[in-house]
Amino acid sequence: MALTSTLPPVLRESGQREVFCGLTSIVWLHRRMPDAFFLVVGSRTCAHLIQSAAGVMIFAEPRFGTAILGERDLAGLADANEELDRVVGDLLARRPEIRTLFLVGSCPSEVIKLDLAKAAERINTRMQGQVRVVNYSGSGIETTFTQGEDGALPSLVPLLPSSAEPQLLIVGTLADGVEERSLSLFARMGLETVRPLPPRQSTALPPVGPGTRLLLAQPFVADTVRALERRGAQRIAAPYPLGVEGSCAWMAAAAAAFGLDPQRVAEVLDPLAERGRRALEPLRRKLEGKRLFLLPDSQLEIPLARFLHRECGMELVEVGTPYLDRQLMAEELPLLPEGTQLSEGQDVEKQLERVRASRPDLVVCGMGLANPLEAEGFATKWSIELVFSPIHGCDQAADLAELFARPLNRRELLQWN
Amino acid sequence: MELTLWTYEGPPHVGAMRIAASMEGVHYVLHAPQGDTYADLLFTMIERRDRRPPVTYTTFQARDLGGDTAELVKRSIQQAVDRFQPEALLVGESCTAELIQDQPGSLAGGMGLGLPVVSLELPAYSKKENWGAAETFYQLCRGLLRNQVPAPGADKPGPERWRAEGRRPRVNLLGPTLLGFRCRDDMRELRGLLADHGIDVNVVAPLGARPSDLMRLPQADANLCLYPEVAGPLCSWLERNFGTPVVRTVPIGIGATAQFLRELCSLLGLDPPELREADRRSRLPWYSKSVDSTYLTGKRVFIFADATHAIAAARIASRELGFTVVGLGSYSREQAREVRAAAKELGLEALISDDYLEVEQAMAQAAPELVLGTQMERHSAKRLGIPCAVISAPLHVQDVPARYAPQMGWEGANVIFDSWVHPLMMGLEEHLIGMFRHDFEFVDGHLSHLEGASAPTKQPVGDQPNEAPEVTPLSATPEGGALRWTASGEAELSRIPFFVRGKVRRNTEAYASERGVSEITEETLYEAKAHFSR
Repeated sequence: MALTSTLPPVLRESGQREVFCGLTSIVWLHRRMPDAFFLVVGSRTCAHLIQSAAGVMIFAEPRFGTAILGERDLAGLADANEELDRVVGDLLARRPEIRTLFLVGSCPSEVIKLDLAKAAERINTRMQGQVRVVNYSGSGIETTFTQGEDGALPSLVPLLPSSAEPQLLIVGTLADGVEERSLSLFARMGLETVRPLPPRQSTALPPVGPGTRLLLAQPFVADTVRALERRGAQRIAAPYPLGVEGSCAWMAAAAAAFGLDPQRVAEVLDPLAERGRRALEPLRRKLEGKRLFLLPDSQLEIPLARFLHRECGMELVEVGTPYLDRQLMAEELPLLPEGTQLSEGQDVEKQLERVRASRPDLVVCGMGLANPLEAEGFATKWSIELVFSPIHGCDQAADLAELFARPLNRRELLQWN
Repeated sequence: MELTLWTYEGPPHVGAMRIAASMEGVHYVLHAPQGDTYADLLFTMIERRDRRPPVTYTTFQARDLGGDTAELVKRSIQQAVDRFQPEALLVGESCTAELIQDQPGSLAGGMGLGLPVVSLELPAYSKKENWGAAETFYQLCRGLLRNQVPAPGADKPGPERWRAEGRRPRVNLLGPTLLGFRCRDDMRELRGLLADHGIDVNVVAPLGARPSDLMRLPQADANLCLYPEVAGPLCSWLERNFGTPVVRTVPIGIGATAQFLRELCSLLGLDPPELREADRRSRLPWYSKSVDSTYLTGKRVFIFADATHAIAAARIASRELGFTVVGLGSYSREQAREVRAAAKELGLEALISDDYLEVEQAMAQAAPELVLGTQMERHSAKRLGIPCAVISAPLHVQDVPARYAPQMGWEGANVIFDSWVHPLMMGLEEHLIGMFRHDFEFVDGHLSHLEGASAPTKQPVGDQPNEAPEVTPLSATPEGGALRWTASGEAELSRIPFFVRGKVRRNTEAYASERGVSEITEETLYEAKAHFSR
């Protein structure tokens, strides 16, 4: 399957990385599971990061917070453990509706080696089933941005009940509407037992076992896949459900894995694909031939580049990715056009020099870089929107393309004379 | 360990970033993991800056920890100096790097970089953003001015030396930064104000200053400590070491601006400012005296902000607008003493807290008609259905307006009048509502052009998806006892104009449940009205 020989060697860089840490994924995970609370054990920086990434204070009492380490906690770990128990006790007393508590490790808690697994065990014993406590690390010394979800999900895997029942497990958070739509499409094809991980209720965990086939909704769940494979599940190789092509291939791969009637599958997918391509057409006209530079950020860069090239006709100048997982990208890489320059990791100053030198029409980047690049004359698209918006699936292909067309449209609309 | 949901201040290294990003020719090398680069967006998104803050992060990873992170620090420093060629370098660490103790400051000092290097030690586990900004500003100036400090006992020039030197008096404007509240416009306003009084500006810092400008700080006849959260420690140090006197009155509001000018003129030996200057230069005094503002009398206002803006707001609200201040507080612990004193003058106990839930609770208990606060209080006030004006950092992108909107000086007073009074209903409008309240236009279904701007109780505002839906007032009944509106009560309520009906309903229900009344009749409504009217 490895047709990647047509791609030039990956540019590997190490230098300043301009990427959020894994704590950021709490911003969508807490919305996915409204009965869960994410407690970061970290510093004021962690609290400030999540608050700034989330943009505004949306909730009176959000379902995430930070237990901020103080000097006393650093002086003695015994005290830190006692303090953590106290903070968790106060929190759970105040928020009795919480069913699952995620203790989230951070850079400082990792460096001082605060054992959150032990803490979770200790609090679990004390709470006697009133709430389940699990732990994972979202620290920026180990994880980037979307990888935080790949920390959170494996912490749930040991809690999944065992079952040999045949089922399709969709791994990675999808927007609620998109997920419902996928479930109804799978049902029309004749696949009834489809469950998501993470679930919408942290306590409604799907089972797992030898009958489980995994379909990845997001490309950043490698550790989750490994944990599920150890429980007997098998991954279905498929591209990611971005764009018409990716979404159809994604559903078709699942259908094939379950031996569904190909004609019935085609009856569901063909009209969808036809309609999706029709919706894409005006956007393709806008994007065709435009040159795209993706800076590493969300880990969605490779499937996005594939969609924007193959379905929207964009030229790929450089496709950056925080890290390159060849296994999880095995179905995506061969779909990239010959000669696509991939880059892994980052040296932001050097990469910006390449942006300036190549003068792309559109740059996909993080929020810290967007306005400075706009001021230099580049149209930009913030990548963070891609993890908050419903972009997956055939029906969303045009919406996804529109996210990239809008900055270009805007530039055409503005006039100053 | 302290549980925090939303925070007023970032960590101290963000304060250092504010100093570096406010200045020209300064670069900050920050030993920090990759996640800490989020702080760039505070400047590029909230302030809409057109360039990245001048910060190089080492972005060390877990795998670097076993190896030589010190080498990574040195490499980052060298690359930053080569690439950006700053005039001065700040070197420091964020919370995580503080734990691994690479001492980036001393590493930089030993590299022979040939430029001033200031090593920042900002304890991330005990201090916060404003402290970090003040410490950075002070350390940077101290480092740059080291060779200029007069010997102990040497003669210190007096603030009136300008006469002998045959020039106009000149002052430093200290403390304005990015992510501060309206600093850019305040500086423009103050330049004009000072020019009107024949006073020159020596240096404005940190906003827009270069390291070479900081070297000229001792040439000023006086220092204006405009944002004590940032400039307080530096002003004290300059006063101690160079004898430069400090004006600490912050010119926000009519009274404070007049007082500021009196103090400054007297210090510099200038003629006292003209008494009528405020009336001549600002509309606030007349607007506040004009008959329409009668309606503002005694409006209950709750204030929570950084110390500078909270103290200023309390003075303006109580003395210049005739409001009743029902709550005053600040998250600035370093200036808690001053805030407590200001609260005491108003017969209040200051709330010094960085727990926004505690602030929200105090706000709800004070039952204000207007909230003056930060971005956090804007959200709390919205949930409680109370009008709010933002008067202080922390701020959001909408608090950085395109127009000229200072807080300081005469024009600042005009801006404050508009932005505090507009969220309230104006007197004339209120009068007309009273007059026409039984007219059919005020009956539901005849909302005409006012539609959409009203109906606060029913549904969230559609075009602001980021805002929380407002709380339905009935949820406020404390004991959970069910309240019932009788037909006569409902009928009377329906005669009240739709845009105040929600408030009347809320007040009446609060009144009823306080008294254990379970049925609300038209009489209850009028009793409540009598109770709440002053």
